[in-house]
Amino acid sequence: MRELEADEIERYSRHILLQDIGVEGQQRICASKVFVIGAGGLGSPALYYLAAAGVGEIGVADGDSVDLSNLQRQILHSEDDLGRAKVLSAKAKINAINSKVKVNPYHGVLDASNILSVIKDYDFIVDGTDSFAAKFLINDACILAKKPFSHAGILRFTGQTITVDPFRSACYACIFNAPPPAGAVPNCSEAGILGSVAGILGAIQATEALKVITGAGSPLYNTLFGFDALAMTFRKVAVKRNPNCRTCGANGIRELADYEQPACELKNA
Amino acid sequence: MRLLINGEEKKFSDGINIARLLKTEDVESPDMVSVQFNGDFLKKDEYESVYPKDEDVVNFLYFMGGGE
Ligand SMILES: [Zn+2]
Repeated sequence: MRELEADEIERYSRHILLQDIGVEGQQRICASKVFVIGAGGLGSPALYYLAAAGVGEIGVADGDSVDLSNLQRQILHSEDDLGRAKVLSAKAKINAINSKVKVNPYHGVLDASNILSVIKDYDFIVDGTDSFAAKFLINDACILAKKPFSHAGILRFTGQTITVDPFRSACYACIFNAPPPAGAVPNCSEAGILGSVAGILGAIQATEALKVITGAGSPLYNTLFGFDALAMTFRKVAVKRNPNCRTCGANGIRELADYEQPACELKNA
Repeated sequence: MRLLINGEEKKFSDGINIARLLKTEDVESPDMVSVQFNGDFLKKDEYESVYPKDEDVVNFLYFMGGGE
């Protein structure tokens, strides 16, 4: 790892003061590569904090452009960005905060045919997507590629998140097996979300990435963290690897396949 | 019997299976949750045959698909 330059010592001084990070931890952060899938409600705060923290290289994938209904929560984007590809808006905001971050925008949808090659050079993946099809695909890809990652999902005033260390801790499929049948679960744009709840969960995802990169503390391995903004409570549920897991179990998947996207999700952009 | 459901202790009459418990606890559709029973995840076809006993721990973990 390279030495920190004088301006970096000053810039990251509040990290360096932390015993669990220090100069070495900051060097790790500056040498790290994180890929964020989705530059929306979860991805916005995650990207801001990863950029501010000095992550060396940040990949960001999103196939959408900014629209008016995004601005209520997707704080990376502003009115001037309406109609602009989210990944380009993201790159501009990231580099405005920290010009040293190398940003690799991927304007498009990740699927079974491309996701492994897109994430292969990264140390940690953040799932900020908004469909079960994408969430299960990302889980499967990260397991196959043995990449640690942060999963999160949000709904109305609640959210939940788990961090996965492939084949060592429970994965998303260990808990939820497979996407729910279309229409069973409110996950469409109709369901609604308080913008700041997305912010809290996305900030937790960035925190988990930085913990895994620096080795500080205990990531949310084998722990499903749930948050309820109305009651302002959180709960941790201990989970464990499922030996019969469809993805990471003894007879788990050997290659990727796409999941079907229920029709109601398609209109949610 | 007393069960710990999503972290809360609740009283139930004996002889209630997971399928019935889902209804009692207002889970509209079993497709909305993954059921964790004493740490292990149940398959959907086990909901009828599993009868919790006193002090068993049950978690209903909800699907959350949002993120955009
Ligand atoms: Zn698994």
